[in-house]
Amino acid sequence: MSDGAPSAGASTASQSGSATAGGPTPLVEVRNLVKHFPITHGILLQRQVGAVRAVDGVNLKLMPGEALGIVGETGCGKSTTARLIMRLLEATDGQVLFEGQDITRLGRSEMKPIRREMQMIFQDPYSSLNPRKTVGSIISEPFVIHGIEPDRTKRRKRVQELLELVGMNPEHYNRYPHEFSGGQRQRIGVARALALKPRLLIADEPVSALDVSIQAQVLNLLRDLQREFGLTLVFIAHDLSVVRHMCDRVAVMYLGKVVETSPSDALYEFPRHPYTGALLSAVPVADPSRHGSPRKLLTGDVPSPANPPSACRFHTRCTKAQPLCSTEEPLLADKGSGTLAACHFPLTREELPDLGLTWTR
Amino acid sequence: MSEQEPLLRVEDLRVEFPTEDGTVHAVDGVTYQVRPGGTLGIVGESGSGKTVAALTILGLTRTQGAQVSGRILFEGKDLIARSEGELRAVRGNDIAMIFQDPLSSLHPFYKVGFQLVEAVRAHQNVSKATARARAVEMLGLVGIPDPDRRADDYPHQFSGGMRQRAMIAMALVNEPKLLIADEPTTALDVTVQAQILALLERLKRELQMAILIITHDLGVVAEMADDVAVMYAGRVVETAPAQQLFTQPQHPYTWGLLRSIPTLNGPREEQLVPIPGTPPSLIRRPTGCHFYPRCAYAKPEHARVDPQLEPVAGSPEHHVACLLSAAERERTWDEITAKNAALKARSALAAPAESP
Repeated sequence: MSDGAPSAGASTASQSGSATAGGPTPLVEVRNLVKHFPITHGILLQRQVGAVRAVDGVNLKLMPGEALGIVGETGCGKSTTARLIMRLLEATDGQVLFEGQDITRLGRSEMKPIRREMQMIFQDPYSSLNPRKTVGSIISEPFVIHGIEPDRTKRRKRVQELLELVGMNPEHYNRYPHEFSGGQRQRIGVARALALKPRLLIADEPVSALDVSIQAQVLNLLRDLQREFGLTLVFIAHDLSVVRHMCDRVAVMYLGKVVETSPSDALYEFPRHPYTGALLSAVPVADPSRHGSPRKLLTGDVPSPANPPSACRFHTRCTKAQPLCSTEEPLLADKGSGTLAACHFPLTREELPDLGLTWTR
Repeated sequence: MSEQEPLLRVEDLRVEFPTEDGTVHAVDGVTYQVRPGGTLGIVGESGSGKTVAALTILGLTRTQGAQVSGRILFEGKDLIARSEGELRAVRGNDIAMIFQDPLSSLHPFYKVGFQLVEAVRAHQNVSKATARARAVEMLGLVGIPDPDRRADDYPHQFSGGMRQRAMIAMALVNEPKLLIADEPTTALDVTVQAQILALLERLKRELQMAILIITHDLGVVAEMADDVAVMYAGRVVETAPAQQLFTQPQHPYTWGLLRSIPTLNGPREEQLVPIPGTPPSLIRRPTGCHFYPRCAYAKPEHARVDPQLEPVAGSPEHHVACLLSAAERERTWDEITAKNAALKARSALAAPAESP
């Protein structure tokens, strides 16, 4: 723990320094966000013997109307970050600012009006809808909880409008979730999330459980809604092509830290962090003529977040790692064309062909 | 290559499950073949019958009261006619299978090494020590570090990628001629997926084995397969060498699949074109072409006539089951690709402006 704290603090300083230089207030700002899950030993007298450092000093900024993608492997902390922003989890340290207000210390009642402004769409449309409630009551629940639209007929009308908005038949009001396919259920989830007209929508792997043909239906819906209502979207996915399609900006996470953030086009055209390069290189491309083109495979598995490598966490798997990488932690720094990368030895253009990243746009 | 006797040939395979609601026609007259040492990719949505057909090859649908007809010729001999005992000798020996979820396919109670030893001794009359040596060798071959020690680990001590490697080791321990891989990388991260695909590719070469890979990911198919069969509602609607399928797809369903995935190298503004609607019920199937209700190019008469898998003019290895005429299909696909090319050109023009 002792080695992580000072460097994380340093990265906040460098971040906020560049952040506060004028411009509009971001809708969401995450400052040095940390979430450690304790590992305990013993049954009665539980002692803490360590911590899973799921999120370990994340800084992010989301401008209103922006679509930010978060990508990374399983266990990199992308879902935990989303839950911390929503305050579904309590942060161990750091701040989440919503329209400039720190929400990490707010009480339940102070939090309630803010909850209206942020909604979430979950990965599994089968477990995120209550099977015993009708579609109508599932979508009207946000109205009931927040005491909006107490009149039942009006509420029903709004729910039916929402159903129509997500491309479903308003007559399905009285049906149950099991009567719908996965794609339709995900639409119900989207309708519920949009009920209160939130400013921020967090979609956590919203299409991973769906078939490809259905995936496109939900992706198009989300993209249209995002543009129509000027929603700010956090889109979490492990599928890099989906993220590129949906988002203006992408943050790449590795072991609880953001290693690179970049405008979508720049990230995919010229990744700077070797981890981003490896991720992109690993994506299978639906084009057999690229068969056998070079690709750099990451070896081994992601190290345990309970005991992450020192300094740069990627140095154990990085092909460009030097002794410096295991002693001094690289901070997120500007690498040109809007890209911030945390790397001492970022990729150069000459190295892209070795990764098989030679597509012409 | 083409005149070579196929290693596996599935002919007019039908698998039906009687249920309370009616008969489920899970596989409805499927024909495909795998060449020795070749890779056949099978793509399709969930419920298209791709897994059921593969399980039937190994006789694994027998216990579920399935009614099977057609022929499954493995090295020229029909597997459907074989007794359960005869099939046991084939399973895991000549034909092996790996599944999507490695955690539920490994027994949590036994050590990984023991499970491999069991696989060896089921088919070979060797001592435990020999089998163990073989198991460790296999674990090493699939890239598990320190295999002698890790053989004594339980499955839960392995990471997801290592479990899938262990599964592959177990499947390949008897050097099968055919490996059936059912969504082998769907549960894995893209970095691990790339490792596993590279591993399969390498082992295929080293052991001269054929692979039947089932997946919904067109990227994986493009990467692995020599030939591709596209399945929809229990039928093969198109089959072709991989290169041809991606450059000159013939079936509107294949177009739909190709257009509904975002690509890493395409223009970002490209609108995805989803396939409208949902796959049909396999109990009450639509009459005529099964894809008719979702097809943008269907004509009224397509609801009455059942299309047959027929060769595409000019490419004998390319078959399609579509009622549109060859000229219509060519024109439509040309229009689709022309639109994309225009978008691509536009974004290529815009690109230099933003780079320094």
